[in-house]
Amino acid sequence: MATTIKINGVDRSVDVDDDTPLLWVLRDVLEMSGTKFGCGQALCGACTVHVDGVATRSCVTTIDSLGSSEVTTIEAIGQTPAGAKIQKAWLDLEVVQCGYCQSGQIMSASALIAENPNPTDQDIDDAMSGNICRCGTYIRIREAIKLAARSLNQGG
Amino acid sequence: MMFDRPDTLNGSATVSDRGLSRRHFLQAGAAAGGGLLLGLHLPFAVPDARAASHKFAPNAFIRIDTEGKIILTMPYVEMGQGTYTSVPMLIAEELEVELSQVQLEHAPPDESRYGNPALGGLQATGGSTTIRAAWGPMRQAGAAARTMLIAAAAKRWGVDPLSCRAERGEVIDAATDRRATYGDLAADAALLSVPNDVKLKRREDFKLIGTPAKRLDTPAKVNGTAVFGIDVRLPDIKIATLAQSPVFGGKLKTLDDTAAKAVKGVRQIVKLDDAVAVVADHMGAAKKGLAALVIEWDDGPNAKLSTADILSQLEEATRSAGPVAKNVGDVDKAIEGAATKVEATYHVPFLAHATMEPMNCTVHVREDGCDIWVGTQIIARAQAVAAKVSGLPLEKVNVYNHLIGGGFGRRLEVDGVARAVEIAKQVKSPVKVVWTREEDIQHDMYRPFFFDRMSAGLDKDGMPVAWNHRFAGSSILKRWAPPLFANGLDPETVDGAVEPPYAFPNMRVEYLNVEPPGIPTAFWRSVGPSHNIFVVETFMDELAHAAKKDPVEYRLALLDEQPRAKAVVALAAEKAGWGSPLAQGMGRGISVQTVFGSYMAQVAEVEVAKDGTVKVHRVVCAVDCGIAINPDTIQAQVQSAVNFGITAALYGEVTLKDGRVEQSNFDTYQLMRMNEVPTIEVHIVQSGESPGGMGEPGTSAIVPAVGNAIFAATGKRLRKMPVDTSMLKAG
Repeated sequence: MATTIKINGVDRSVDVDDDTPLLWVLRDVLEMSGTKFGCGQALCGACTVHVDGVATRSCVTTIDSLGSSEVTTIEAIGQTPAGAKIQKAWLDLEVVQCGYCQSGQIMSASALIAENPNPTDQDIDDAMSGNICRCGTYIRIREAIKLAARSLNQGG
Repeated sequence: MMFDRPDTLNGSATVSDRGLSRRHFLQAGAAAGGGLLLGLHLPFAVPDARAASHKFAPNAFIRIDTEGKIILTMPYVEMGQGTYTSVPMLIAEELEVELSQVQLEHAPPDESRYGNPALGGLQATGGSTTIRAAWGPMRQAGAAARTMLIAAAAKRWGVDPLSCRAERGEVIDAATDRRATYGDLAADAALLSVPNDVKLKRREDFKLIGTPAKRLDTPAKVNGTAVFGIDVRLPDIKIATLAQSPVFGGKLKTLDDTAAKAVKGVRQIVKLDDAVAVVADHMGAAKKGLAALVIEWDDGPNAKLSTADILSQLEEATRSAGPVAKNVGDVDKAIEGAATKVEATYHVPFLAHATMEPMNCTVHVREDGCDIWVGTQIIARAQAVAAKVSGLPLEKVNVYNHLIGGGFGRRLEVDGVARAVEIAKQVKSPVKVVWTREEDIQHDMYRPFFFDRMSAGLDKDGMPVAWNHRFAGSSILKRWAPPLFANGLDPETVDGAVEPPYAFPNMRVEYLNVEPPGIPTAFWRSVGPSHNIFVVETFMDELAHAAKKDPVEYRLALLDEQPRAKAVVALAAEKAGWGSPLAQGMGRGISVQTVFGSYMAQVAEVEVAKDGTVKVHRVVCAVDCGIAINPDTIQAQVQSAVNFGITAALYGEVTLKDGRVEQSNFDTYQLMRMNEVPTIEVHIVQSGESPGGMGEPGTSAIVPAVGNAIFAATGKRLRKMPVDTSMLKAG
């Protein structure tokens, strides 16, 4: 039986088992490959999306748990004020190396500054420690979050 | 991606008596579709006699099309290290164009054309060699193209080329302010011969080199549009995941796939000798199918293997002398006559790569050919192994390279390609084989385990008169590039051990090649140095301690003949405030190294808690890598490599029990996270020397710096990695 989920403002109907993790529906069924597979156990954050604005690991979020929730992915996060600021800060400060984990980093960071416009270092640790970067770009991620938050506050 | 074969190359090679002439590594001709095509012969690494063959064999190409677009096709791949920006910078600088005008194409597999003479003719990106290789030739090529474009314009206008200049993709006649774009001139320039002597820009005239440049590959990496190997989409593609024999060398014994076949979306079960794959519509179904398989394995000869067995095998091996990789003076005599003798043993563990992009490879095997989509550091080997496994001729195998979600040496191996082709041979449609994280970690090819036996003799002032470094472990080059393994030695395994910067009057390095059974080994970020620098720099610290001297002063006293090494030690110590007081439980440690053509010193500041937990608070790195082409990338690579090394020092360890890798995912194979990251300061020495490699040095330097800092904090010497916190508990 098909399940309907709302991705980036669009209702999508998919015919897979109800307990299929959202990650695979995004990547393999809907062909939205910006959301990445890293661990499959919510240990690395590469698969982070927003569910009703909350950073959520799509690799352990089954589609039957979504109901009418709104899912936002990396493909659409640039349309939110926080997401656009985060993406810009990522480029301005040259955060990215191999880039594979950065979709997830950007989703976690966007959720953080949308919720908390003045994150402290501790807030950043708390929000971002679930996202692993093997290239070790953490120092620049931290700086970019602060830059994006400042920019968001200034409305600039 | 498309690639125009340079069949239209028409220059002729000449060889001067003094070695490579300009024309020997550069030829010009018309590009297919019009425009100028320059073929380059890149030597890849440090000058090597083998590169100076008399046959011109271009292995990189620059095309300037009639619209002025500049396209570089080269064998180096981008995996986060910034190659796709730093190499175009070299061309753009000399060609007088904006960096953004240069576009890159992944090179296709072609060992005869793109083979790396420094690595046995293999087409590979690794060993922090790219910038060292590209520095001369890429600038020469850019300058030659600029000279030819100016000559073409001058000819057209009937003026002296010396009255013309190149600027922002145009040639300008100074007298009349006439202008012509490169696109307009490219076809004319293609008719000219390559100038014998081009003038490179003076370093003080550089506009791009030495300034922080924006990376060219990043915009697509922040909006989800970048395509890594794992992101390939094809019509009718299936997704497969697999279970391989948990013991290396084991076989599939029995399989019950009834329940797996009943999973919605599962299409096929593929049985191999030592693995099973579930082919499905999507990874969710494939994983569910995999979990439903009932598999019985025949564990084979390695069923009882443990890491402890390997440790004792290697330790035992070091009781005998080994092939000598380096010998200076008379070590035995000097040790015998020494006032003090110092001895210690060390060992380092197997390490997994744990790239964030799990192993994957997409394959379509047909009767008449095979297509491969993958991110690889070694594309020609991917093609060759696919041909071998599929039984198809090489020319029927196409490989499409992709962005790499972390390489670190893992993607210098093609075991994953071979496995994917084995599976794809049994599947009609294209199939993307994706390793689960557990399979990725448990079937990696690991940084080798090494056991080291060190001994030194000190004179009455505590200074070393003899140094003996003997170690045992596997040689990657022996398997990976057999010609480079000779007389029991290879240059990579001993890298970091044979050329310490210190003035040792008597010195010997012995390497015993021992290949432990039941666990495959491979390159890992800074392989040889990742092991050797830990041992050398920790033992140096032990010698300083035995001599009752400050570790920085002790090193400086031995570096008079190595001014660049001495300078980075002094700079790192100064910037770190070496000698200034620290809080209780904290300590500073130093390391210095000269590897990958770069000089680096690091000071780590660590805190050891009462429960033995270690936190690295601050790392100060001084680096002299010659000319810093993109200083921003150098800072980024040091930050990256230091975090990579701290991860190894604090957590990195792959162990075997009953032949099985005990770690499986990021809970048991921990990687550093945001809340654990130290402050990292990078101080780049201004230098006019040729550039050194920067992808790897930061990793090897940090591990001993952390260990030495722990010693300073606790008085406890860690002679194996990773850090054993139980040893550091207070009381």
